[in-house]
Amino acid sequence: MNGEANTIRGDAAAPAPITSDLRLSVNKDVHPITVDTRETLLDTLRERLDLTGSKKGCDHGQCGACTVLVDGRRVKSCLTLTVTVDDREITTIEGLAGGDSPHPLQEAFIEYDAFQCGYCTPGQLCSAVGMLAEAQDGWPSAVSEGDGPVVLDEEEIRERMSGNLCRCGAYPNIVEAIRRVAP
Amino acid sequence: MTVTGARVTGSALDRVDGPEKVTGRARYAYEHRPRDVAYAVPVQAAIARGEVVDVDVDAVLQWPGVIAAMWHGNAPRLAPSAAAELAVLQSRQVAYRGQYVAVVVAETYEQACEAARLLRVQYEERPHDVALRVDHPGMYRPDHVNPDYPTDSSLGDPEAALASAAVVVDATYATPAEHHNPMEPHAAVAVWEEGGLTVHDSTQGASGLRATIAPLFGMPPDRVRIVSPYVGGGFGSKGKAHPHVVLAALAAKQVGRPVKLAVTRQQMFAVTGYRTPTVQRVRLGADGDGRLVAITHEAFEQTSTISEFAEQTTVATRMMYAAPHRHTSHRLVRLDVPTPTWMRAPGEAPGMFALESAMDELAVACGVDPVELRVRNDPERDPESGLPFSSRNLVACLREGARRFGWHERDPRPGIRRRGRVLVGTGVASSTYPAYRVASRASARAEPDGRFTVRIAAADIGTGARTVLTQLAADALAVPPERVRVEVGDSALPKASTAGGSMGTASWGTAVVRACEALMDELARHGGAVPPPGLSAEADTAQEVRGQRKLARHAYGAQFAEVGVDVDTGEVRVLRLLGVFAAGRILNPKTARSQFIGGMTMGMSMALLEESVLDREFGDYLNHDLAQYHLATCADVRDIEAAWVEEDDPDLNPMGSKGIGEIGIVGTAAAIASAVHHATGVRVRDLPIRLDKLVG
Repeated sequence: MNGEANTIRGDAAAPAPITSDLRLSVNKDVHPITVDTRETLLDTLRERLDLTGSKKGCDHGQCGACTVLVDGRRVKSCLTLTVTVDDREITTIEGLAGGDSPHPLQEAFIEYDAFQCGYCTPGQLCSAVGMLAEAQDGWPSAVSEGDGPVVLDEEEIRERMSGNLCRCGAYPNIVEAIRRVAP
Repeated sequence: MTVTGARVTGSALDRVDGPEKVTGRARYAYEHRPRDVAYAVPVQAAIARGEVVDVDVDAVLQWPGVIAAMWHGNAPRLAPSAAAELAVLQSRQVAYRGQYVAVVVAETYEQACEAARLLRVQYEERPHDVALRVDHPGMYRPDHVNPDYPTDSSLGDPEAALASAAVVVDATYATPAEHHNPMEPHAAVAVWEEGGLTVHDSTQGASGLRATIAPLFGMPPDRVRIVSPYVGGGFGSKGKAHPHVVLAALAAKQVGRPVKLAVTRQQMFAVTGYRTPTVQRVRLGADGDGRLVAITHEAFEQTSTISEFAEQTTVATRMMYAAPHRHTSHRLVRLDVPTPTWMRAPGEAPGMFALESAMDELAVACGVDPVELRVRNDPERDPESGLPFSSRNLVACLREGARRFGWHERDPRPGIRRRGRVLVGTGVASSTYPAYRVASRASARAEPDGRFTVRIAAADIGTGARTVLTQLAADALAVPPERVRVEVGDSALPKASTAGGSMGTASWGTAVVRACEALMDELARHGGAVPPPGLSAEADTAQEVRGQRKLARHAYGAQFAEVGVDVDTGEVRVLRLLGVFAAGRILNPKTARSQFIGGMTMGMSMALLEESVLDREFGDYLNHDLAQYHLATCADVRDIEAAWVEEDDPDLNPMGSKGIGEIGIVGTAAAIASAVHHATGVRVRDLPIRLDKLVG
């Protein structure tokens, strides 16, 4: 029983990969790079630029471990083709700290033990940075009431961080760490 | 311990690897990039049973970047092994859908994925049998259950006692197959150099993996090195060697280059283990006051046709409650499915769902408060072995939990508390996990600059082992923790046990403390001065562990849950969850609380969400990704708290600690199911508690 997916298409002459030349801006560094158009941003970061802080948990946009910031907004890099972000500013976990001093969320995650294995952590942190900016800009969530400014209470944070899975179950500590940093 | 006064152990030290983890500097297995690395992508069987007839290797070799395609027909031979799951590409036989039948190696990941997708595999398919049922004619009695417990146990005459008991509960419970789904998928980077093999793998046990892998390639263990400093969660799924490690090493050997192989989330559902589904019959006989006279617990489970894993589902029932007449058993059937494995509290988690649900049913039947019922049946000694307990504080956990939870205000009548559109109820269940300890080795070294290095092939899979071992070493060496560096996660370090069975701290901690004590003795012999090359000492705890007194050693806990059930949709929300545990001395309250809460969260997930749905037609799991296999998310976890009662138990280990990695999941599902019953009057005996089981 051979499914369609296991059948070679047409003749055996395989097409060469289609590539594209980009200037990728990551953490304020510009990388001239030639990418396979099938390449995801996550794989480019991890396999080509050796920025392995962004994690691959599912490769299907279902876990949030690969979350990075593109022009300050949180994005799942496993669902982003690298060719689509050549004119954008990408920030990964490696670029979250300002110089030598850690981002306040990074410090809070350690203080409140907001992780165990650490694999979802870079995605949680990038997601939290993006989430705080969304709230600052007045974006409502499914639990927001009315159109006023967003008050980031526990329920709002939980709702807004639910795209980032943590199998170790550090959620209450993640919420607490973010609350300490949220304005 | 030879400590001037334990100051660091017991304190809420931040995780010592925290900075690496929050900056992305911590490198997990797949993130190692040796020079000239190639990418391997496996191909999985598209049938559940039969034979691979042919694989069209030549066609994919025409594709750009493809270096090799391997299957049974052209793969190198491995040495025969008892672990049939690891005999990758060694036979044409397909024992389950998703088993590896081929692998493609290419210059890039994209090229390898494409070629693997297009690789043509011809099968001869045979009918398969993948459904677990109690009356399956293939049900058999395994020789023992995991790890080496007797399959069955009996005491007195339970049948007669049940026949004459004033109150009898006779109920059948079911738990589904569940998948661990650690956030880091399994991955291996294999490098052959100078005749030896190095594998960066995501494993819970570097020493154990090395011992398993080396003989497959006909090598002594010292020619194989497993490196695994950071592991993105395991929960048992990274406890034993899985076939991807062998496949990566085979592929690297074949192409003469380092090879990276990542198991995808979807592939994990077939090739990295899972929790067996169970069907369990529990019968409790009691007098009118709820005092047990008989307990029977029979479990039915599955394993694969190529390897046996017999989960110890009813073993906790052997010592939980007093009763003169008792029986427990396990029966297994070999199906055309992957081999199940350890998943967080194997045995206890599904087994205690059944036993503790039955206890709640007994409380209702007798009209006795569920906390009081458990207190009333607390045994003096292990009821089956007759051994004294090293310590047992289940009653203290129940009492303390009841106080904190406000249990005394509870009206036992089900289905009468309505807040708006939500029916509210509360439930309680006991929790337990054995306090194991096994032999390990460790070394401690004093550097001339005043620093210390402790080495042990332990694993920190998120438990906080690196941190707690640092605390233990700091106290044993009487120095602040900043001066101690603990190295783990490498089979080149002193041999240690696997991170499993909640015995890491007990096993590794003993070795670390003994190595540090030996180093202190060495230092004393040198007048307290460290000579220029440094000073080292080692410890092997085999003798100490062998010599420990025979006692019943277990941790206990009490789980309290409050749920709200939507009256129209049946949607269950856990409003409050409280766990109170008695687990020896708590060595780091910060990481311990995280462990307990993490386990309880997985228990909540088990109660309400987790279920690997089998496709009987094709023999694999339908919901094989994180969009369809639901885990608890941030929004699911509201008011959750863990607490503990002080427990001073000198009969455990130098730390006085019991393991805490698994107990948090045990009992949670039963507490939630009982709370759902209290809220709605509906008793759900098969997990998870889906909406359709409550409405209609």
